[in-house]
Amino acid sequence: MPPREGIYGLLAEFNTPSELVHATEAAHHAGYRRMECYTPYPVEQAAEALRFHKTRVPLVCLLGGLLGVTTAYLMETWINVWSYPLNIAGRPLFSWPAFIIPAYEWTILFAGLSAAFGMLGLNGLPQLYHPVFNARNFRDGATTDKFFLCLEATDPRFSLEETRRFLEQFPAVSVVEVDH
Amino acid sequence: MATKNPIVDPMIEPRTGEYAVIAPGHNFKSVTQKIAGLVLTSNTPLGWFFGLIVAAGVATGLVVGCTWLFLKGVGIWGVTIPGAWGFAIINFVWWIGIGHAGTLISAILLLFKQTWRNSINRFAEAMTIFAVVCAGTFPLIHVGRPWLAYWLFPYPNTMNVWPQFRSPLAWDVFAVSTYATISIVFWYVGMIPDFGTLRDRAQLPAAKYFYGLLSLGWRGSTRHWIRYESASLLLAGLSTPLVLSVHTVISFDFAVAALAGWHTTIFPPYFVAGAIYSGFAMVITLAIPIRKFYHLEDLITLRHLDNMAKVMLGTGLIVGYGYCMEVFMSWYSASHWEFFMMWNRMFGPMGWAYWILIATNLAIPLTTLWSRKLRVNVLFLFLLSFVINTGMWFERFVIVVTSLYRDYLPSSWGTYRATRWDYMIYVGTLGLFTFLFFLFVRFLPMIPMSEIRMMLPQTKVRRGGTDAESVIEETI
Repeated sequence: MPPREGIYGLLAEFNTPSELVHATEAAHHAGYRRMECYTPYPVEQAAEALRFHKTRVPLVCLLGGLLGVTTAYLMETWINVWSYPLNIAGRPLFSWPAFIIPAYEWTILFAGLSAAFGMLGLNGLPQLYHPVFNARNFRDGATTDKFFLCLEATDPRFSLEETRRFLEQFPAVSVVEVDH
Repeated sequence: MATKNPIVDPMIEPRTGEYAVIAPGHNFKSVTQKIAGLVLTSNTPLGWFFGLIVAAGVATGLVVGCTWLFLKGVGIWGVTIPGAWGFAIINFVWWIGIGHAGTLISAILLLFKQTWRNSINRFAEAMTIFAVVCAGTFPLIHVGRPWLAYWLFPYPNTMNVWPQFRSPLAWDVFAVSTYATISIVFWYVGMIPDFGTLRDRAQLPAAKYFYGLLSLGWRGSTRHWIRYESASLLLAGLSTPLVLSVHTVISFDFAVAALAGWHTTIFPPYFVAGAIYSGFAMVITLAIPIRKFYHLEDLITLRHLDNMAKVMLGTGLIVGYGYCMEVFMSWYSASHWEFFMMWNRMFGPMGWAYWILIATNLAIPLTTLWSRKLRVNVLFLFLLSFVINTGMWFERFVIVVTSLYRDYLPSSWGTYRATRWDYMIYVGTLGLFTFLFFLFVRFLPMIPMSEIRMMLPQTKVRRGGTDAESVIEETI
């Protein structure tokens, strides 16, 4: 946990995605690393500017799917071969082709749930409190039509005066301090 | 062939010739206000209350019907021997099929990068979930002792009794429960950013609180968006084989049985195509009144209706191919039983059902949908969607009833006649579906705002200001 004193960071508000991406690129060149963009829809170029490429969501999903297929197939085999064997019209107890179908469904079930909850988990959601919500202009625009760049105070290059001057050189609508 | 007049259409971007999906003149704010306003408004239209009450009244039929069913047992239905499968199975298959278009629109069209789907995918997904709710009711109530329906699931119990996994009915449980779960998760995940928007725009404290909880604290962080997009794509990729497998498994309920008229290999693809056919018809049934009453013609344009009609034409042709192959195979098989089944299906005592099916599913839609004029005629499409769904219901009726009531042994022939309770429960599910849909359009964002924003021209990012290269890049 970062110390909860002082401010969380400086939040710059932009009107267009181009301005946001431009400012983010510049901040990265200037050496800022602990920063985040907030946009009303996914802006891929912003992620590139943040140098955020890889997510682990696909890996979580794959592991979930493998877990699902293994669980279902072993469960079916154990139930129909050992735990509760039934003779159904002389078919073999280990009817492997028939077992594929429920196993297939559970592969999708486990993989889908892993993708959804894995995404939420990696994002740290649900998280009902976050310092950026303290900025008055954030809730007016971040989920509607405005684009935000937050340079966080935990960044070693962060200094209130200098960072503010840095952000004000861009055509930002406003640059505000974000409290914890 | 030279055209005399250049096409003047406000939907066509003059510079690129691209056909816009949503009407021009919108920006991030206007689409957000339009869609969020429908939910956050304090003036609920009177028509909404009226519709909700009527739908609730019809849904009472389901409650009454099920209560009587639980008291008396499935004997109140028309099912008997040899027609042991009646309305319950017909309605189950029909409803599940309707749901499939929602998943197709949200998943398969996303993978194919068909951006026009963005306007209709949210309520198509809602339609899926409500259709699955209606569908799921039938297997639960038709098991005879519905309070023991949980025995279908593999859970450790003191009786040491387990499901039998060689049975298609056990596969059904897995397929439909997975389908319901994944559809709900996909739907909810899709709504998280929109809940964030609603939370930030709500005026009432209760609405702020409610949407705030549902949004899980979504704040539109870019890192979150990247993971979110990744998860959406994965869910779409998983839903695609899922939706194809669900109706395949349902067709196995029939195809695995050794009964003439059921035991065919064409069932899985033909069921899936039929499902998508009826599902798109239902999307049209819902989309046309919604765009009219909520003035969403800018977002759900004629192009959407045209495209959906084209999908119906395509899937309708596959279904038509299925019908032809059934007839062909019953002749080509040289099987006495198959041949008689098809003759009985067409000209037997219930032949009228087959000809209704041919007229409503093939003759009417597949002759008219070729015309673009009719495809963009809103009233015609609306009426046609009812015709198609009637046809699809009769398809299931024909498959279930006409195969069963005259099987191998003439001494065991019988007939099937649905009772008032059959009709009451069926109509009740139509009421439940409508009731849930009315709640949905009032309380949840019926068009995905974040996805509509992505389709606006303002999303284009110019690199490094306005140097010559990027201007050229943009105009191309």
